[in-house]
Amino acid sequence: MLEIRDLRASAGDKEILKGISLTVNAGEVHAIMGPNGSGKSTLAQVLAGHPAYEVTGGQILFEGQDLLELEPEARAQAGLFLAFQYPVEIPGVSNAYFLRAAYNELRKARGEEEIDPMDFMDLLEEKLQVVEWGPDIMSRAVNSGFSGGEKKRNEILQMAVLEPKLAILDETDSGLDIDALRIVAAGVNKLKRPDHATIVVTHYQRLLNYIVPDVVHVLANGRIVKSGGKELALELEARGYDWIEEDAAAAGAPAQVEAGA
Amino acid sequence: MTDVLTEVVTPAWLEPVRRAGAERFEQVGFPTTRDEEWRFTPVAPIAQTAWQPAPGVVEGVTRAQLEAFEFGHPEWHTLVFVNGAFSEALSSMDAIPETVRVASLAEALRDGSGNGPADVAVLEAHLGRHAPVEASPFVALNAAAFRDGGFVHVPAGVELERPVHLVFVTTAEAEGTAAQLRNLIVLGRGARAAVVESYVSLAPEGRSFTNVVTEVVADRASWLEHTRLQREAERAYHVGFTHADQQRDSHYRHFSMQMGGALARHNHHVRLNDEAIETLMYGLYLTRGEQLVDNHTAIFHDQPNCNSWEVYKGILDDRSRAVFNGKVFVQPAAQKTDAKQTNRNVLLSPGASVDTKPQLEIFADDVKCTHGATVGFLDPVALFYAKSRGIPAAEAQRLLTYAFAAEVVDEVALEPVRAQLNRLVLARLNGEA
Repeated sequence: MLEIRDLRASAGDKEILKGISLTVNAGEVHAIMGPNGSGKSTLAQVLAGHPAYEVTGGQILFEGQDLLELEPEARAQAGLFLAFQYPVEIPGVSNAYFLRAAYNELRKARGEEEIDPMDFMDLLEEKLQVVEWGPDIMSRAVNSGFSGGEKKRNEILQMAVLEPKLAILDETDSGLDIDALRIVAAGVNKLKRPDHATIVVTHYQRLLNYIVPDVVHVLANGRIVKSGGKELALELEARGYDWIEEDAAAAGAPAQVEAGA
Repeated sequence: MTDVLTEVVTPAWLEPVRRAGAERFEQVGFPTTRDEEWRFTPVAPIAQTAWQPAPGVVEGVTRAQLEAFEFGHPEWHTLVFVNGAFSEALSSMDAIPETVRVASLAEALRDGSGNGPADVAVLEAHLGRHAPVEASPFVALNAAAFRDGGFVHVPAGVELERPVHLVFVTTAEAEGTAAQLRNLIVLGRGARAAVVESYVSLAPEGRSFTNVVTEVVADRASWLEHTRLQREAERAYHVGFTHADQQRDSHYRHFSMQMGGALARHNHHVRLNDEAIETLMYGLYLTRGEQLVDNHTAIFHDQPNCNSWEVYKGILDDRSRAVFNGKVFVQPAAQKTDAKQTNRNVLLSPGASVDTKPQLEIFADDVKCTHGATVGFLDPVALFYAKSRGIPAAEAQRLLTYAFAAEVVDEVALEPVRAQLNRLVLARLNGEA
């Protein structure tokens, strides 16, 4: 479904992703872990087309399509979804309006007609259950004045409505108390489908107790330095990140060593 | 300009007001950009045009044409003025409560509008007493020359059920002419009312000049919802001056929208004359092309324990310009004043610009006063957020701009007006109006 080849990206003059390769197949859950500043959130944002980053090399194929050729809205229409680490507040636009606008754009992109507003309300009612919410949240302005937990839940609600083929959760667990974490994780699990895939970006193993990954990748200094099964996450939890970085430096094949580094 | 001075009604008691205006204007003339109050707003196009007097009511204007400017409520107490003069035929004056006056000012001045001495007493007490001729050369000019406008008097204790709508329509016949309008809105003790002023045009390419002064009196414990919509033609000139005087326990809520005019200037001054007064002022201006829209506000906190809250927002496209100057004066006596002022501007085009100046002058020490002003483009991260949900760039920009405007439009108390404004903003953002 997703194939990333030697992806390089910078913010301003600073290179953050230094050659990332990664393949995600339908039905899989991949976790991307790593210490602060390793580039894991950058990877998530670059996949969605964040304007703060410039891709300087490599390729991203999404279902065979060159993702880097697409504007962020076209990526969303193609079935990609980023749950933001810091969801944006949009005072003045109701959650219901925003979500319906987005939903209709995805339908239009598929050549379908806009949904009848009443039918959309029915759909919403069903999707709200995914995040254990009542309808009141829909009349509030998008993320405006929401608590950290509410914002993250709202991201999962959007994901539930938009039904992306590939969902990328960028530190969705950060700032969540245990109840919110459980609701958010349960929501993600309910949305799992054999023809869809999920990338979970996280600093801590905690979320992976709820969303069990098939593959865990560890990012350090803009590169994937280790990949393994779900037990790798537990090992990281027990031992921290230092040993990975040391291992990587010790085992560093010449090709992985940055010129001049 | 002398032609403009004809056809005015002047009872004896009004003569000093007229004279003071004429003398003042004779003395100061039109302002220039050397005048601090007009630094960013050159009025040369107004000063250098030989305006003819507005032609007044013309044939062919129909109620149907005005429907677009109503709010779906033809039963509101609606006074229609065409090219500066009152049209009874186009107005809707049914069911005005007996003690309440909603009338043409010129008619009230001419004959007391059937209410005789009572009207004369109110007019004499207030007309020309609140907007001083020294406040602006345009006020002076207006005092000398105003011909007509709305007179609204809601006496003590009366709650006016239906809103009042004052509609000032400019037609193609007004090309090259100037209208001098004066409104007087008086609320007695404990009175409640909603008044909407609309400045609209049936000639989208018309080039005319409107100079209007509105005086507002809110007596003790009165409650006024005051809305002002300036939607003149984009080649027109509009200068307005509103002065509101508030008394103890009164509540004054104002919303001002400016989207018309090649040059549109509105001064809004509110004086808080006693304690426990609440003043809410919201504004929205939408500009495009080469428009210049200028809002000057001044809030005078003269007495303690009053609150004022002011939010003005601007959305500027193309090479248009906006000016905002917001003064708040807090006198030594005005302890426990709570005043907040905000001016926020979004530029939709790199050619647009804003000169914004919040100006707090505080002479009391136990007060809470804040202000803030911003000018900028839409937040690129917010745009990205909307786009990342599949919403195309142009639509995302419209959505965020609409949301920016909605924050003040939502403050319009009258639901039909609010809905109409929302439609207007949307239509403008969609390039339809």
